[in-house]
Amino acid sequence: MTNKTIKVDFLARVEGEGALYIKIKDNKVSDVKFKIIEPPRFFEAFLRGRKYTEAPDITARICGICPVAYQMSTVHAIEQAFGVSVEGQLRELRRLLYCGEWIESHVLHVYMLHAPDFLGYQDAMQMAQDYPDVVKRGLQMKKAGNAIVSLLGGREIHPINVRVGGFYKAPSKQDLGQLAEKLKWGRDAALETVLWTSQLPFPDFEQDYEFVALRHPTEYPFNEGRLVSNKGLDIAVQEYENHFVEEHIEYSNALHSVLKGRGAYFVGPLARYNLNFDRLSPLAKEAAQNAGLHSTCKNPFQSIIVRSVEVLYAFEEALRIIEGYEIPDKPAVEIHPRAGMGCACTEAPRGILYHRYKLSDEGLIQDAKIVPPTSQNQKVIEDDLRHYVEQATELPEDQLTWQCEQAIRNYDPCISCATHFLKLQIERE
Amino acid sequence: MSLPILLIGIGNEYRCDDSIGLHVIRALKEQKLPDTVIVESSGDGAELIEMLSSVRMAILIDAVSSGGNPGTIYKFDAHRQPLPTQLSFQSTHVFSVGEAIELARVLEQLPPILIVYAIEGENFSTGIGLTSKVEQAMQKVVEQVRGEVQNALKQIQTNSP
Repeated sequence: MTNKTIKVDFLARVEGEGALYIKIKDNKVSDVKFKIIEPPRFFEAFLRGRKYTEAPDITARICGICPVAYQMSTVHAIEQAFGVSVEGQLRELRRLLYCGEWIESHVLHVYMLHAPDFLGYQDAMQMAQDYPDVVKRGLQMKKAGNAIVSLLGGREIHPINVRVGGFYKAPSKQDLGQLAEKLKWGRDAALETVLWTSQLPFPDFEQDYEFVALRHPTEYPFNEGRLVSNKGLDIAVQEYENHFVEEHIEYSNALHSVLKGRGAYFVGPLARYNLNFDRLSPLAKEAAQNAGLHSTCKNPFQSIIVRSVEVLYAFEEALRIIEGYEIPDKPAVEIHPRAGMGCACTEAPRGILYHRYKLSDEGLIQDAKIVPPTSQNQKVIEDDLRHYVEQATELPEDQLTWQCEQAIRNYDPCISCATHFLKLQIERE
Repeated sequence: MSLPILLIGIGNEYRCDDSIGLHVIRALKEQKLPDTVIVESSGDGAELIEMLSSVRMAILIDAVSSGGNPGTIYKFDAHRQPLPTQLSFQSTHVFSVGEAIELARVLEQLPPILIVYAIEGENFSTGIGLTSKVEQAMQKVVEQVRGEVQNALKQIQTNSP
């Protein structure tokens, strides 16, 4: 058979539901569509007319997996509009909160969603029958991330303690000190995780990507930095919309984000790692190298190792912050609303998350724009599928479908952010 | 004194009928049932496993989409049967309620008593509020869960020395 169509109606283990459609003609891939079904702009409309103080709690609801990222991009953007800068221990607490979210999100993906692909299991339940201790380790690590978010955010999911200017309540040094033992255990477990993931079987697949991530003068990026790429992009976040555009795609209700005049780009752990390897801690660098990674990794399947390296970094960074913490005089800096526009990018677990707000002099939101990481990666996912399938068209259908789903999961797509349900389908005819 | 009974309402506030679990749990909270802990959850599987592993009895309330009539109430005893696969729990998390229960079963972390109430939703699009049939079902579920809790508490008292 020289012509076939691959269609997968339901992609398991992706946040939400999506659809994938691949058409193969004469053993060449003639069409790839990675569809996102639902119109995404509810939250942007929902924010209009709301007070700036409500925004962090509303945007936190966009995604159950990365509420902190939404809150962080929200508060930074609004603070920029109001001309406020949050420094010192409050800034450190924000980084700590982000550590918690990276741990929760990455560990979930590594252990529960992605690892089963590599080991040939349908899901984590099947995997747990043969690897109960591994799955328990993953759950325990995630719990340590939850503990950070819970303590600092007020609760594990959809934290409510974040506000424009800082926090409603700052934890005491003693509060944070209680986390230390869990986090030290987590750091050791993360080292084991890096090693464990490095031993998984990886397809030989590399592409010439344009990686885009934040880069900060001294830190591995969470909340701040310039937007840089490995192909020469180096801009302030405020210039984002001069360089990136969202295109409406006929078969998808989400918008595809592209770099003007250059096309697809790659955001997320691999991009951060490749553009910020020198900003990792010595232990994280060493673990990466022991796992066989170099300072650049272009195989998206190895993103599972890179995620594990980032988890290790997050545990270490959390411990560093806790050790140096002193309770700030006030839990938040004073805010004086003023009319204006503000934008921010922060590094959500899945990559850069851009927010822009237009505010009135009373602090009412007049306009909001949100570009989630998954909609930025959508085009590069399609490109990967095209190239990956092209070298594997002879594979039996079930294997090819499996590998396509695995290739999509390399990006940990969070379709509930990009829209809600992503149905991934691969169909052959 | 036994461990408290855990009541977990699962849902997304901004996904219409998906929020039924949250609405039920809030109504139950107002009734101030004794010896119960009430939790709102977005359905994070790992979080659920952790919560379930530490209690004697739990009742989960969530929305489902199985093609049935909106407002239909399904009840499962998780120890009697695995959750039916045709019931799709409408979570934004793919590692979600059904999977969490099955994973907890594999890891032997299910509580001794686990009851799941699943309510067939109609509209899961972005927005606020329940559709009318789901709203009608809500009151029934609140009553049923309350009865469930009262029976369990009586049982515990009877069995206490």
